[in-house]
Order: sequence, then structure tokens, then C-alpha cells
Amino acid sequence: MSPLLRVKGISKRYGEHIGCADVSFELHAGEVLAVVGESGSGKSTLLQLLSTRIASDTGSIEYQVTGRGLVDLAHLSEAEQRWLLRTDWGYVEQNPRDGLRMNVSAGANVGERLMAVGARHYGEIRNTATDWLQRVELDAARIDELPTGFSGGMQQRLQIARNLVTRPRLVFMDEPTAGLDVSVQARLLDLLRELVTDLGLAAVIVTHDLAVARLLAHRLLVMRQGRVVETGLTDQVLDDPQHPYTQLLVASVLQV
Amino acid sequence: MSSQRTQTGYNFAYLDEQTKRMIRRALLKAVAIPGYQVPFGSREMPLPYGWGTGGIQVTASILGRDDVLKVIDQGSDDTTNAVNIRRFFERTAGVATTERTEDATIIQTRHRIPEKPLSEDQIMVYQVPLPEPMGRLEPQEVVTRKLHALADYGLMHVKLYEDIARYGHIASTYDYPVLVNGRYLMAPSPIPKFDNPKLHMSPALQLFGAGREKRVYAIPPYTRVESLDFEDHPFSVQRWDDPCALCGATDSFLDEVVLDDAGGRMFVCSDSDYCKTRQAAGHTGSQSPVPATQEEAA
Repeated sequence: MSPLLRVKGISKRYGEHIGCADVSFELHAGEVLAVVGESGSGKSTLLQLLSTRIASDTGSIEYQVTGRGLVDLAHLSEAEQRWLLRTDWGYVEQNPRDGLRMNVSAGANVGERLMAVGARHYGEIRNTATDWLQRVELDAARIDELPTGFSGGMQQRLQIARNLVTRPRLVFMDEPTAGLDVSVQARLLDLLRELVTDLGLAAVIVTHDLAVARLLAHRLLVMRQGRVVETGLTDQVLDDPQHPYTQLLVASVLQV
Repeated sequence: MSSQRTQTGYNFAYLDEQTKRMIRRALLKAVAIPGYQVPFGSREMPLPYGWGTGGIQVTASILGRDDVLKVIDQGSDDTTNAVNIRRFFERTAGVATTERTEDATIIQTRHRIPEKPLSEDQIMVYQVPLPEPMGRLEPQEVVTRKLHALADYGLMHVKLYEDIARYGHIASTYDYPVLVNGRYLMAPSPIPKFDNPKLHMSPALQLFGAGREKRVYAIPPYTRVESLDFEDHPFSVQRWDDPCALCGATDSFLDEVVLDDAGGRMFVCSDSDYCKTRQAAGHTGSQSPVPATQEEAA
């Protein structure tokens, strides 16, 4: 079986500074990969490279485009890249305010992708939006409210609904639980795990929180100073870290 | 053609010939790509932005000595903006002007399309305050230009969705977004949506000028122009319960006129030429001046 996403030796330099260097991995359909590492280790740069938000200096990123097989993303036109980004992919921002349109209602936020791909029936768009609000445990009665009136956790769930409404196959998440209260974090993780299993989503999750990785991810990519220092199954890496940096990372988790 | 009121010292129609050529080149491109906003080197005009600096430059650059010009402001020939611009071209170009729609070869308009059907030998010039239909939703022009390039117009439907969610119907009543020739999303300048159907397959050439934003765009004759809508909330135009109070017209766009401070009001045609023509033909409405009868005359 060929992978959903194949990354070969991608690098990105910001002048003298290394964003990320020589990263390679494969991701299969339905698989969740967590990228962990300290801040400044190149996690977010990697995510932006994968989602074609920035172009890589070297290497290639291939994606299984429906009906076309593995295609190098650099060879796709801008229109095709955008199409991927709003149908087959999702991108959950760390700060929900970056991923949502704060000046339109929750329903419009969820419906935007549907309308972008050509839905022109108000009633159907609204029904789908209501359905998705319920799936992410938001009160469907608040469909016409602005996201500004929602709490941080609700905004994050709304952002997730907005991304999943077109049934993407691959979702990128940048610290989806950071900045949330611990109890809210737990519920969000629960929800994410459920959705990922139900929908058979593949996901790349950037996080500095090893607990998030432990709960959600099948595999782990440990980054430091722009390079991948260790990869493997999540439990294997966390229970038996090989690289000194991973050992340090695992050892530094607070035990209460 | 030059009348006594024509000022000397200016080139014909105020702008110099090079500038007019530059604007005409931009207009040719605009006609070639219906609905696409073409940048042009907008000049300072002797009237403030927002008063029709774009429209006046377009008119100046296409005006010929034999043209007959009509200028309307909200449908009316006798409001400030219309009077000013008409006088401007009388003085700088000395062309004939008219208030009759059918006599005009060029009609510069602020926010209305005349009620009388246009013909192939007429050109409409619209004054445009905000050429970018998605400007309110996406403030960055870099982004909106990319959205136009990729024909990525889902954003506009988000606005319409939001209207229905809030008001139960699409609440935009003017500057209602249209898709030109099945390709470019266009702001029809703030004409009431009542006039949108007149844009579709119009026999007249329609030119749009935005002076401050430095953009011109166009709808060539007989071009498809569709107003955006939802399948279950189709586009519809305004309707009034009463006919025009002066001419009894039921098919024109009506303005509400407040008569006193006791709730008195009447609805009259916004197109003054249309209303006058009908009144001259003997049509009357509820507020028509009582005609001088034989007894009073005697």
C-alpha cells in the first residue's frame, strides 16, 4: 500500500538560521503522527512546509491526490493546492482566532468550505453546519452567534468542525490544545481522538505536550534544532527513548 | 459645437489627450475581460473623491464632439452631483446635454440605471465608490486579487449566508454582487438590486470607473450578468405596495419622500426623466398636482 503522504529530505533555511533540515517520513491513511520538540525546534516550520504554506528549499513532498496517485505538491498549480487545502486537507491553528472568521456567525464559519466548493443551498448548508456543531459538542442553538462570544475551548472546537466539514483525509494541527484550560484540554483531546477514529483521518499534530502525543498519536517524530533526532511508535519512543534529547524530554515531564 | 459657456484654456473635455488615450487603453482591456478590474493612472480631478472622479474620467476619455450627454444622480437629472458634472462637460467640452434618456449617447450615472430600455448606440458610465465586491470581507487587496484570479468566490456566499441567518433573507439591497460572463465577480457600483436585471444582456456598453481606487471595469453589450443567490433563497428585486404618487408607474424604482412631521409620505419614481415623460403623456398618481380646470382658468 502506498502512503498518503511521502516526505523526502525537505529543508528550509531562514538565511543563516535553519528552519528544518533533511526531514523524511511517510504517513499512511488513518495514521496520526505527532511532531514533538522544544520551542524553536522547527515543528511549526515543518507543518507549514507540509501544508504548502511555505515552499521548501530542497526535497519533495508527495501526496496521494484522489484519482491521480502520488503527486509532488510543488508540481501542483496554486489553484490545485488551494483546492486540496479546503477539501482534502484541514489546518487547525494554535490560536482559533487565526483559523476562524471572527466577524461571521458560527454557522457561516462551518459552511464556508462547503460554499467554497460550490454548495448553493442555504437549507442544506445550515443542516450540515448544525450537524457538525453537535458533533463537536457545541450547542446547535448558538449557530447564529459570533465566535467572539465563545470561550477558547468552544472556539477551538468550532475551528475543528470548520475544518472537518468537507471530510478531509489529512489534517494538520498546530498545538491544538495549547492555551486551553487543563480540563478543557482533556475534553478536546477526547473529542479529537473520537473524530480521528470515526472518520479515519490521517493527522500531523505539532505539540510540545507529550501527553497529547501519547493520547492521540500512533507514531512520534522528535525534533531538535531543525532535525529529526528520533522516530518510532509513540509508546516505544516514550517508554524507551534512545536519543539523549528524547530521554531529557521524557524525563522533564512533571509527575504529579 | 462650442457654445458661449464653453471655457477656453482647457483641452477638449478637460483631460489632455495622452491621459485620455491611457484611459481608453485600460477601457479596451476592461471590455476584453468583462468584469475584470483594470488598474489605470487616475488623475486629480477638480472635484472631490466620492463625487464621481472615476466616472468623470471615463466620460472625458470617450466623449466625442457629437455626443449627447445625460448625467443622473440617483436617477435624477436635477440633483447636485448631476448638475455639477453636466455643467463641467458643458464648459470644458461644449457638448450637447439632455435629460431625455433616449436622446443621450453617453449617460453618466451615480447609482441608477434609467428605467427606459437602453439601445446599442448608448454607453453607460457608472461612478464607483468601491470597486472590490469582497473588500468588506477581505481587506487585503493582494488576497482579493488572488481570489479573482482563481475564481474563488465562496467568500461572497458567506456574506449572503450571514444575511439570511441574521435577517431571514438576503438583506443586501444595493451594490448586490454579480458574476459577469460566468467568470468575474463584480460590484455593480451601488445601484439598487432593482437595477441588477437591467445589467444582464444589456444592448448598451457599460463602463465603470473608480477614481480613488484607480480601477476601471466594463460589461460589453449582450453579456451574461447573474446576481449571486442560493437555490432556496433566489435573487429577487424590491417591490412597492403603492404606485408612483406622481405618475402612477408600477414598474419603476420608487423613492420615499417624507412630506411632513406627521407621518405623511409619498413614493415617487427615482428616475425623474421617466416620471416626467409619463406625466406629460397624461399619467397621474395620487399626489398629482390638480390640473388647472376650465373654471379656475377663467
